[in-house]
Amino acid sequence: MMLDRNNMTCEEFQAQMAELIGSGEDVSTHPHVQSCTRCRALLNELEIIAEAARQLFPVVDPPDTLWEKLESAIKQEGDPTRG
Amino acid sequence: MTLTRMFMQSSDASSRATSAAGPQAVENLPAKAENPADKTDPPAPPSSFTPVAASGADADVLTRAQAGDHHAFAQLYALHKRRIYSLCLRMVSNVAEAEDLTQEAFLQLHRKIATFRGDSAFSTWLHRLAINVVLMHLRKKGLSVISLDEAMEPTPEEGPGRSFGAPDLSLAGSIDRLALERAISDLPAGYRLIFVLHDIEGYEHNEIAAMLDCSIGNSKSQLHKARLKLRDAMRTFPRREGRR
Repeated sequence: MMLDRNNMTCEEFQAQMAELIGSGEDVSTHPHVQSCTRCRALLNELEIIAEAARQLFPVVDPPDTLWEKLESAIKQEGDPTRG
Repeated sequence: MTLTRMFMQSSDASSRATSAAGPQAVENLPAKAENPADKTDPPAPPSSFTPVAASGADADVLTRAQAGDHHAFAQLYALHKRRIYSLCLRMVSNVAEAEDLTQEAFLQLHRKIATFRGDSAFSTWLHRLAINVVLMHLRKKGLSVISLDEAMEPTPEEGPGRSFGAPDLSLAGSIDRLALERAISDLPAGYRLIFVLHDIEGYEHNEIAAMLDCSIGNSKSQLHKARLKLRDAMRTFPRREGRR
């Protein structure tokens, strides 16, 4: 059943949110979000979590010793490409 | 279905050193040109590559590595170790396990590199391989692992609306790294994977869709659900901590 985009409750909007996002819609411009502080705050919090993740978990290098371990494991296996 | 196949291929292949089956679409190839003469001790891998140099050098290095050039394999390792190790580390939240998984991923790469046909970008192919290694590991440990298929399908019981309610603006202040780390590690593997790949590793949805063999829309909607789950978890952590 199609819901009226301009007259949704928070529950109805949030029930559709994943689907809307999956379809490529920018939900921040959805009529419900434009008029609902609670759902705007929800979207904002999700962005804060995403941003925090980017900042808190930088891409890191493995220790140099890992290459030595890998080489050793490769040597133990022999060269599989030789059949 | 395809995701299940990818997952199962990995579990099968991981136990057979001689398997030539690569992740997903990469099938066995006729034997490639080999270089059995490459028996000299390989060098230490270059310490760093700039992204610009990597993109240009990748193809040549890859071709040589596929031909059995161990120097080239060392270069491939140096080019991709950061992304693969970081992915493993964020998926298991344990340095020792992440190192083991990174080693296993590159070991499998060494076994299978000759089967890479270029149907996808090499980095995508390598990530799919590493993802399968990680998922196999989680499965063996019996940790909150669901199949990727399951993770990528809508689950009615987790349906939307769980986050319905008054906003908790306390999140807007600051987010505690440990709490977020724990919340991420508590996510089911499929959600964790999407979140790690997009929000931590910075991959675009089209790249993730290629890695996980799903649609871009599916990647977007699953990421949204993962973030919702994290938000729910973050809201409960302070209370949980308080009871300890």
